[in-house]
Amino acid sequence: MLEINNVHTFYGNIHALKGVTLNVEQGEIVTLIGGNGAGKTTTLRTICGLMAPREGSLTFEGEDITKYKAHELVAKGIAMVPEGRGVFSKLTVTENLQMGAYHRNDRENIRKDIEWAFDMFPRLGERRSQLAGTMSGGEQQMLAVTRALMSKPRLLLMDEPSMGLAPVLVDVIFDAIGDINEQGVTILLVEQNAHMALQVANRGYVLQTGEIVLSDDADALKDDPTVQKAYLGLE
Amino acid sequence: MSRRFNYIDVVLWSLRIGIIVIVLWGTVAKLFLGVGNTYTVGNWIDFFVSGLSQGSLYALIALGYTMVYGVLFMINFAHGEFFMGGAMTTTVLVALPLEEAGFLNEFPILSLLAIFITAMAVSIAVAIMTERIAYRPLRRAPRLVPLITAIGASFFWQYFFRGLYGSSLIPFPEFDIFDGKFDFGVFDIQKTDVAVLVTSVVVLALLQLFVQRTKIGQAIRAVAEDKDAATLMGIDVDRTITITFAVGAAMAGVAGVLFAIVFRQLNFIMGFTPGIKAFTAAVLGGIGSIPGAALGGLFLGVIEAIGPPLFLEGLNIPGSHQLKDVIAFTMLVLVLIFRPQGILGEKLAEKKA
Ligand SMILES: Nc1ncnc2c1ncn2[C@@H]1O[C@H](COP(=O)(O)OP(=O)(O)O)[C@@H](O)[C@H]1O
Ligand SMILES: [Mg+2]
Repeated sequence: MLEINNVHTFYGNIHALKGVTLNVEQGEIVTLIGGNGAGKTTTLRTICGLMAPREGSLTFEGEDITKYKAHELVAKGIAMVPEGRGVFSKLTVTENLQMGAYHRNDRENIRKDIEWAFDMFPRLGERRSQLAGTMSGGEQQMLAVTRALMSKPRLLLMDEPSMGLAPVLVDVIFDAIGDINEQGVTILLVEQNAHMALQVANRGYVLQTGEIVLSDDADALKDDPTVQKAYLGLE
Repeated sequence: MSRRFNYIDVVLWSLRIGIIVIVLWGTVAKLFLGVGNTYTVGNWIDFFVSGLSQGSLYALIALGYTMVYGVLFMINFAHGEFFMGGAMTTTVLVALPLEEAGFLNEFPILSLLAIFITAMAVSIAVAIMTERIAYRPLRRAPRLVPLITAIGASFFWQYFFRGLYGSSLIPFPEFDIFDGKFDFGVFDIQKTDVAVLVTSVVVLALLQLFVQRTKIGQAIRAVAEDKDAATLMGIDVDRTITITFAVGAAMAGVAGVLFAIVFRQLNFIMGFTPGIKAFTAAVLGGIGSIPGAALGGLFLGVIEAIGPPLFLEGLNIPGSHQLKDVIAFTMLVLVLIFRPQGILGEKLAEKKA
């Protein structure tokens, strides 16, 4: 579904991605784990078009996606939950969800999908007219996830959805990730919380200073000694 | 340990207290000691209403500054030229020919419609060209670069329109329907003031609806807050920025016609003073805030109209009515010193981060 081949991305002279190659198949949850500054966010930003790779290829459903502008990729079926959530704090919860459906024109269905989001996270429904910036971090994360789903993506990119959340809320978000996937959405999940990520994912990649150093089934990665040492806090 | 005495604090506090004392002194002298001319209640209402009318013009122009600042964090110093270009063009190409044909006062509403539409169209065209050609290529440049470019663009348009229409004053034709006053007994109001106020209020209400209720309005607010997140929603950020310029310019076009109706004389430099005043109003209200720009404009207009007869005359300053610009710019400086985020604005520092 998504194939990334030998991608190099730069910030000015900083070589952030040094030939990243990975693929995600239809229906999978694939996780990309790695420490701070490994290049996880840069990888997602390159996929969704916010950054242009200097070298390498990116195809989605067989089509070269580097030729599209970032905002055009939403209609192609790629959505992202950005790092730090990126909700519009001065828009209401409902308006945030409407923004998620920006490229759609089926008003009736958009309204139904907003209600569906409120069913999924009743706490959002209770706060539908509230400004998003006044909500707690967990509620904002629920909003960020449902907002991304409002575009009806086939591929959902998630950048550290558990960051800064209390353990209970981390569970809520990871349950949602499983549910979303069961409804047919393919997921590429970036995490520092390798423990949770490898539990929900089918496969995983380990990124280190801009390079993929390991890739395997999630269960195999869990048992891999280097992963245990570096990312799972086990000795 | 006691807090250390800071010289700057002392200077700022003396400045604050000094200004308050001066304003109070002048006001008391005026109202209770009868310094200067004596005014009736009717006169004061007159000052107030013409201040409101002038202020609503500032508000219309200020919205363009504030909306563009909202999406780009940039002060568009060429905005006064959007105002001027529309007003000059519609006067020369529409208003004067219509008057010559005798159509203007025969069908005033149709004429006004044509005049407004032309002004708005030209202002929008000027704004879009400026944004596409001068600003968009500099989107990733340091912030000082587009600022200086804006000043360059401002000069460009001034001399462009001077080339088109010459440098002498162009008269705006007189509308019979705006001639005279509404008489309310103790006071009366110029019909032009009423026209300006009513039009401005309608435009402000439409803008509020547009920004709050339409999809594009929501997109403008989303882009103002977070361009990357907006892009991830499928919003074309560049297009939204262009629309923001166009909306601001449309309001500047309306303001230009209202200005022409009130002052009835135009030239290529006419955008400068209202532009700076409106910028002051936008800063006063809190740049980036739409209600702030509206409030700031009205506030500035009223203070400019009431200040000179009230506290400046009370201080025995000669020719005080010519000093309203001093009031405006003093206020700009004071706001920048004491409350740079303006009346309704939030701290700038956190937005820039
Ligand atoms: N805006 C930026 N400008 C310059 N360098 C950056 C920028 N953002 C990230 N980097 C660098 O790129 C590398 C990868 O960063 P990032 O993708 O954010 O890592 P991760 O998401 O894995 O923590 C890091 O070395 C980081 O310092
Ligand atoms: Mg990151």
